[in-house]
Amino acid sequence: MDNSALEVDIKVPNKTRYLSLIGKIGEDIAKELDRFKGDRETLAYHINLVLTEAMTNAIKHGRSDEPDTMVHIVINITEEEIVIKVKDFGQGFDINDVPPPSFEGLEDRGRGIFLIRSLMDTVCYMKGCKGNILMMVKKLT
Amino acid sequence: MNLATENRNNVLTLHVKEERLDAHNSGDLKAEMLRLFTEGNKNVLVDLKEVRFIDSSGLGALVSGFKNAISQQGNLKLSSLQPQVKSMFELTRLHRVFEIYPSTEEAQESF
Repeated sequence: MDNSALEVDIKVPNKTRYLSLIGKIGEDIAKELDRFKGDRETLAYHINLVLTEAMTNAIKHGRSDEPDTMVHIVINITEEEIVIKVKDFGQGFDINDVPPPSFEGLEDRGRGIFLIRSLMDTVCYMKGCKGNILMMVKKLT
Repeated sequence: MNLATENRNNVLTLHVKEERLDAHNSGDLKAEMLRLFTEGNKNVLVDLKEVRFIDSSGLGALVSGFKNAISQQGNLKLSSLQPQVKSMFELTRLHRVFEIYPSTEEAQESF
């Protein structure tokens, strides 16, 4: 695939039933990155995972008073990197306040942001009055 | 969620018949493990042979099941993890928490 510049823009209802669809789209995009010299199968799994985690996060932080809100996902691919932006319309949170999981403890929750941070090169969360954006960047070179 | 249950030699094996274990379906697995331990089952094996993808919710559901096992003086073990799934256990250090077996049969015989 000519992946010199590609943008995929998706809006799906904020329902967990769409997680597999979004994850699969990310996985398929990664598998087609001919110029990526690393393990494309692993990259595909990681993109699937971070999209799944980010969308789950957006659903959890979404507005409960408006159950029909959409989750907006934009994936940009250049020769150098994959940039994924997942927009939610909830109250937002401070990503720097999310602690790493306790590896000695047995918590059911709290591993999602850790996984995203572990697998991506840059992660940031921008709060805005018209929605919040979780941006995740993976370098391809 | 599609789960198949097998009872052999006092070991209850839950075969997860899903390609993905994520926030959409992991609540069902969590509830089923809680039900099994609450009903008095002591030895539960979760077989992940068909699971190609797991996220933090799926891992969390299994941790929840592990805690149910402890509280009921039971055992929860895992088997047949695909390589990418296994790598998620390693990344989150959960491979140190669970007893993980390469095959269903080995896991069933280990109880």
